[in-house]
Amino acid sequence: MKIIRSIINLLLFDFLKGLAVTGRNFIKPAVTLQYPEQGTIPKSPRNRGALALREYPDTGEERCIACRLCEVTCPALAITIESQMRSDGTRRTTRFDIDTFLCIHCGLCQEACPVDSIVLTDLQNYTIKGRGDNIMDKEMLLNIGRAYESKIAQNRQDNEPYV
Amino acid sequence: MTEVTLLLWILFKILLIIIPLIVFVAYLTTIERKVIAYMHGRVGPNRVGYNGCLQPIADAIKLLFKEIISPKRSHHFFFLLAPVMAIAPALAAWAVIPFDQGLVLADINAGLLYVMAMSSLGAYGFLLSGWSSNSIYAIMGSMRCAAQVISYEIAMGFALVSVLLLSGSMNLSTIVLAQSGSVLNWYIWPLFPALIVYWISAVAETNRLPFDMAEGESEIVAGYQVEYSGITFALFFLAEYANMTLVSALATTAFLGGWLSPFQGIVFLETWTSWVPGLFWFVIKTCLFLFLFLWFRSTFPRYRYDQLMSLGWKVLIPVALAWVLIISLYLQLGGWL
Repeated sequence: MKIIRSIINLLLFDFLKGLAVTGRNFIKPAVTLQYPEQGTIPKSPRNRGALALREYPDTGEERCIACRLCEVTCPALAITIESQMRSDGTRRTTRFDIDTFLCIHCGLCQEACPVDSIVLTDLQNYTIKGRGDNIMDKEMLLNIGRAYESKIAQNRQDNEPYV
Repeated sequence: MTEVTLLLWILFKILLIIIPLIVFVAYLTTIERKVIAYMHGRVGPNRVGYNGCLQPIADAIKLLFKEIISPKRSHHFFFLLAPVMAIAPALAAWAVIPFDQGLVLADINAGLLYVMAMSSLGAYGFLLSGWSSNSIYAIMGSMRCAAQVISYEIAMGFALVSVLLLSGSMNLSTIVLAQSGSVLNWYIWPLFPALIVYWISAVAETNRLPFDMAEGESEIVAGYQVEYSGITFALFFLAEYANMTLVSALATTAFLGGWLSPFQGIVFLETWTSWVPGLFWFVIKTCLFLFLFLWFRSTFPRYRYDQLMSLGWKVLIPVALAWVLIISLYLQLGGWL
């Protein structure tokens, strides 16, 4: 047996097998996606990107009821909420600020929210260009929500079986 | 006056060999990165120029502008001399390599010996660099390098002895012409085991993977070049790749029929391809061997040091010796068979 083994070793059989593996891979096309040029990076529906506040699509009414659960649950203390009674008797936020420098995109606020108001979109690369712009106020968050409502709804629907 | 003209003419011929060689070697570094990247399923450098075609120039400019740092307790003169001693033999050996019929700088009768001598002289540069750096890692690397080069030179020499036996000459041009006629006359067929032994020894001799014990990033950081920076480091790099190209060219000359066309002796193809210069075939065959270097690098893990030594002394040298014996027996008794 030992003699047969050493003859096989002398014929470099294992080496040829290894070379065949790399040779096959040499012919195969590369799997790399060039990120900024090829913008087709696949994203999970659970992708945790920029925060947004949603509205009810039929009435246009904001969902947030100022229950402050997100503010309480936020581990980074990034959310600041002040609320008041509106003229129609409902409780609404007058101030809803998120400090994006503090936000760690953990998604706990989204899980805590009873009315699915605050959500994380799959918007990954947003930038802050000036001092003070890191505070996203209520209007900015609502705007993001309006702009990406269809995408957010689609992602939530895709993720529904796994919740 | 005629002597001066002759000298200038020789100098011109030297430049004609060295400059394309340096450019080729510089591009070899990028081609290596590309080939290995493709074998890993990546794309490799593709930012400088079209698909990374200017990458070696960017690398060279970067390395030229870096500071040459000489360690405080190193021997400064030898520290700077070592990279020059490493690259000079690697370039000098090209003097006897025949690129085409009659296209050789020095057509000397001991050409093969000269190439062997030059490729071993390169080890002095590596040895000196390790000693003069005054660093433990560097001295370890250079000692490994020297031991490896000396032990594998023997196997390499014996593999080439069988070529000498068949061709009956040490002149590289004569060796190539002895293989002319057809592809079947190339020495790769009768000397295939010798070619394998030669090639494994060549990989070890140039300190390439899987035998890059002298560098051994995981154990001794980068071996003999650990203290080098800037252009001194680049010279070591160039020397390594020039040595790779040299042993590939020598393999082409000794086993694959040098500049000879592979279509020799085939009725129609020979006349159709007769316009192709021999230099083209020489470069193609050399690139074939160089590709093997890159292929090996992306495939095999590094050997352990004692495995390397036992492979060299216990396997390669006996196989090469046995083949020398078989070839000489064949040549002596060939008439009776």
